[in-house]
Amino acid sequence: MTAALEGTRVVEFGWAAAGPLVGTYLAQHGADVIHVESSTALDPFRSTYPPFRDNVVGPDRAGMFAFYNAGKRGVTLDLKQPRAVELALRLVRAADVVIESFPAGTLARRGLGHDALRRARADLVILSSCNQGQTGPHAQHPGYGSQLTALAGFNELLGEPDRTPVILYGPYIDYIAVGYGVIAILAALERHRRTGDGCIIDLSQYEAGLQFLAPALLEHAANGTVPTRDANHDRVAVPHGVYPTPADDGWVALSVWSDEEWAQFRVALGDPEWSRDPGLATAAGRRAREAELDDRIAEWTRMRSRDETVATLRTRGIRAAAVESVGELFDDPQLAHRGVWRRAKHAGLGEVGLMAPPFALSETPARADRAGPTLGEHNEAVFKGLLGLGADEYASLAADGVFA
Amino acid sequence: MTALLDGLRVIEITGDDVWGASAAAHAARILADLGADVVKVEPPGGDLVRAVPPFLHDRAGADRGLLWIALNANKRGVRLDLPRERDRLRSLLSSADVLVQAREVVDATTAASWSPSLVVASVTPYGLTGPLAGVPASDLEVTASSGALALAGEPERAPVRTTLPQSPFWSGMYAAMGALFALAARAATRRGQEVDVSGQASMVTVHPPACVHWDVAKEEHRRLGAFLIGRSIVGARFRNIWECADGHVSFAIQGGPIGRHTGRMLASWMGERGFTAPRFTATGWDAFDNRTLTQEQVDALEREVAAFFRTITKREFFAGVIERNMLGYPVADASDVYADAQLRAREFWQDTPVDGTTLPFPGGFALFDGERPRLRRGPPRLGEHDVEVLGAVTA
Repeated sequence: MTAALEGTRVVEFGWAAAGPLVGTYLAQHGADVIHVESSTALDPFRSTYPPFRDNVVGPDRAGMFAFYNAGKRGVTLDLKQPRAVELALRLVRAADVVIESFPAGTLARRGLGHDALRRARADLVILSSCNQGQTGPHAQHPGYGSQLTALAGFNELLGEPDRTPVILYGPYIDYIAVGYGVIAILAALERHRRTGDGCIIDLSQYEAGLQFLAPALLEHAANGTVPTRDANHDRVAVPHGVYPTPADDGWVALSVWSDEEWAQFRVALGDPEWSRDPGLATAAGRRAREAELDDRIAEWTRMRSRDETVATLRTRGIRAAAVESVGELFDDPQLAHRGVWRRAKHAGLGEVGLMAPPFALSETPARADRAGPTLGEHNEAVFKGLLGLGADEYASLAADGVFA
Repeated sequence: MTALLDGLRVIEITGDDVWGASAAAHAARILADLGADVVKVEPPGGDLVRAVPPFLHDRAGADRGLLWIALNANKRGVRLDLPRERDRLRSLLSSADVLVQAREVVDATTAASWSPSLVVASVTPYGLTGPLAGVPASDLEVTASSGALALAGEPERAPVRTTLPQSPFWSGMYAAMGALFALAARAATRRGQEVDVSGQASMVTVHPPACVHWDVAKEEHRRLGAFLIGRSIVGARFRNIWECADGHVSFAIQGGPIGRHTGRMLASWMGERGFTAPRFTATGWDAFDNRTLTQEQVDALEREVAAFFRTITKREFFAGVIERNMLGYPVADASDVYADAQLRAREFWQDTPVDGTTLPFPGGFALFDGERPRLRRGPPRLGEHDVEVLGAVTA
């Protein structure tokens, strides 16, 4: 069977994570995604963000760019030049979808605003994804996801009470915006198939992130409380936590969701004397003595390997899992079974690891076997092949730095 | 303009634990927000998420759980006693485009025999096949299995998860995405397909740089509390959460054009305030390169920044970064988010009826042709649409 987006062409003006990863999902499902960038104002994922091959900085040695732009064709245009803008609009004319992820107004100043794009093709689906949206007093504010994550309220909810909040590793909110961006485009394409209408999508990465916080927001609105971080405690399950194992930085996660599960949990632990306390038989009783309970459980988890603990608890139907390190993910049998990790050749990096989407489609599976393009890798194929520029014209534009 | 998914019919079968029920509910909620007609199928006793705390107005009750309320607006709801009423489910599915389920109530083969054009999205902790298929897990275990838990927390302390469970949201989002890809394929083939979402794999997508660093440099990132890693080629880490006068702010010393601009702006801000920061203000921001700074150099700059931030409030910091167009935001809580001027200007909040009152819900996730889709209804009461929906379906 053909891919889900076979025959769909996407032109993308974006940088870093939040725009480009949208195009990657589309490319993995068969769309011809053409990523437009500049060799004079490099994508930070080509220039600023490690890792680089052998730790030597270079646009084609950048692991981040190769990962975040997997499956696309790549061209370079110096959009400060009118002839480059004209070529960009010719690309847009040949496309079904445009993705852009610059601060609001950036592309418009280059002659590539929504109106210009729609003049090039009236039924275009356009995703504009930026920090705070295309309108409003903060529309032009630049930002990175690692800080926007804090503005949305995620960090307030992460860490131990009375200690400094911790981070969600990186630009957590960007990946939420990526997901909603893909969803918005797919839904707009669905309507286009039905009605022939295009769509301009104004996606604020901030607002996208808030979708994942709706219950905490409503809690404040309804009850006036301000939800905050509570380590690993849960509103329902008790015990619920992360417990130490004998290994260095080895941890096991486990949770007990009902009094019946508590009874099974006790059996898994070997029915120790302390656990027979009838006060612990109910969730309310366990919650009242949760700290004591956590100490007891930690005594038990410290005495056996992480894998043994997990296996013992799972046998009794108790939810438990190893806290896997990043390196361990690459040997995880379940992720391997699902084919999450893929590899692809790359001219600058040799070979790079790629990631398949977390959903498996039975009839039109994603492909994740092409790394991101090197800088300007598909200039000739796209400008000569797709737009039909003659050799002389192409050479003359190249000489004038239009493809810079 | 018609809603993007106007006319699309979605059936959601809830799960038998909080994780699955939440994940499936979020997936269907996204499709509902885009205009699909979503019918949620609950057991006769109701979805267990209805009774998950915290509660509306702090009063416990089967329909008052705020998680339930958040995840199930924009849907209709019916009760089915499965598997006893499987024939009714089959009838319901005969006119549906998408089934979202938290466990394999209807397998792909059966679904294809019932309705060849049906897209069947299943969202489970580890996926439908493989060594961990069928193993139960909640948010904590799913997150642990994905590397995301190991990356959050302070280095010498236990890893921590986000207090509001996140993996059901991620997994639900990918279920909606997968279903939409399947619908795109269906346009050409007229046939549905199975969408098998893994919660574990969903949570692996929240930290791609950690995977890239491992792959390219065999460097394993680990949790560093409030510090960012992976911005340096000499291994330096950069603080991303700072104390301020009345809470915390998020800021990082960065390179690149915007990072340099931010450094310049912060230096002049310190100057305006008469704050002494000799190293920071003497830094040549026009050529600043965060990639090659040693940890010692980073620490020295950060000591001055930390001292400055302790003199300003969250509100002052926010106003300052907006005014100077520099990077950085306050660490907001829910009350800050509701007060945010940008969200209000974009009419993000939508008053929605819930159980005799109204609540300001977060609005749709995007504007389409300049319009934010309206929330059409609050969550359904148990069995609210039994007659309306099932009345038309003969068993």
